[in-house]
Amino acid sequence: MVSSTAPRTALLASRMRFEEKRLLEALDRRGVPCTTIDTRTVQHHLHDTPPPWDLVLNREISATKALYAALTYESAGVTVVNSATAIETCGDKWRTSLALRAAGIPAPPAALALTAQAAEEAAEEIGYPVVLKPLVGSWGRRVALLPDAAALRTVLEYSEALPSPLAQLAYLQGYVDKPDRDIRVIVVGGAPIGAMYRRSDGWRTNVARGATTTACPLTDDLAKLAATAARETGADLAGVDLVEDADGGLQVLEVNHGVEFKGFQEAHEGRVDVAEVIVERLVLGTDRGTGRGVDA
Amino acid sequence: MTTATQTCPECDGPVNVGDTVRASEVIECPECRSELEVVATAPLLLALAPEVEEDWGE
Repeated sequence: MVSSTAPRTALLASRMRFEEKRLLEALDRRGVPCTTIDTRTVQHHLHDTPPPWDLVLNREISATKALYAALTYESAGVTVVNSATAIETCGDKWRTSLALRAAGIPAPPAALALTAQAAEEAAEEIGYPVVLKPLVGSWGRRVALLPDAAALRTVLEYSEALPSPLAQLAYLQGYVDKPDRDIRVIVVGGAPIGAMYRRSDGWRTNVARGATTTACPLTDDLAKLAATAARETGADLAGVDLVEDADGGLQVLEVNHGVEFKGFQEAHEGRVDVAEVIVERLVLGTDRGTGRGVDA
Repeated sequence: MTTATQTCPECDGPVNVGDTVRASEVIECPECRSELEVVATAPLLLALAPEVEEDWGE
């Protein structure tokens, strides 16, 4: 049965991953008609009439294309999840750091350096080992844990050879001596729906790099921090990554605007259906969340 | 679920594709491990998937 109250919905993607398939299935179960837009076909002229959708689920895998598609659809009065503002903030690690800092959210020390020389000085101040990350990027790609100035200098030489001016800026983060895990909390429509541990043999705990996932109890502290981080970065749908520091405190590492939830779904199978919650909260608006998600 | 067998555009090996597959989905060739994009479903058409770009991710 077709829902009569649902917004006219489209899903924007150029790659149909687990997440996009689950979302389309959830929309179908709820009787929400959904147009699938292949991002590679998008073109929009200034004189065009607005597209025929009220809501676009922005699942484009390229941060750049996701941002410009969001800007385009928003200018035509369409609600886009996640929005251009959220992508601009979450898609850039320095902008994320600035937003978290402004909101008083605990996070590792971080610095932006505009040249390699400045990066070496900034790293000295943070202290080694230091983590060097590309401003834009995901899945732990080109993220380096550097033990000393010589290693940093070597990596910076490679960065300087990259063609993109953005790639030559150095984002540095203090290394948090964490357990062999970090924590991902998924926040939908302002309320966390659950948490998972991500464990890895290496220091990078990205699921895309083979980290394993298990359910994590969603404590009040976790829920509050994750919800605040999502709100302050403008993300209606967010994957908030946190680490436990040596004192047992929590620090927010980053907020992902194009959250992948296959690992989370596997860790919580039978307890929560992420795609269903997204459709309920962000498409149908029938469940704005209670502020508490599932417990492990 | 029924499957259709296509030829891998990279190695010519057989690739079984289920009928629940969607356009833009990426599958792996069991022989050469190439990532293949489902370009179309009716009729089924496979092509080498695009390389991962610097700004891809979550």
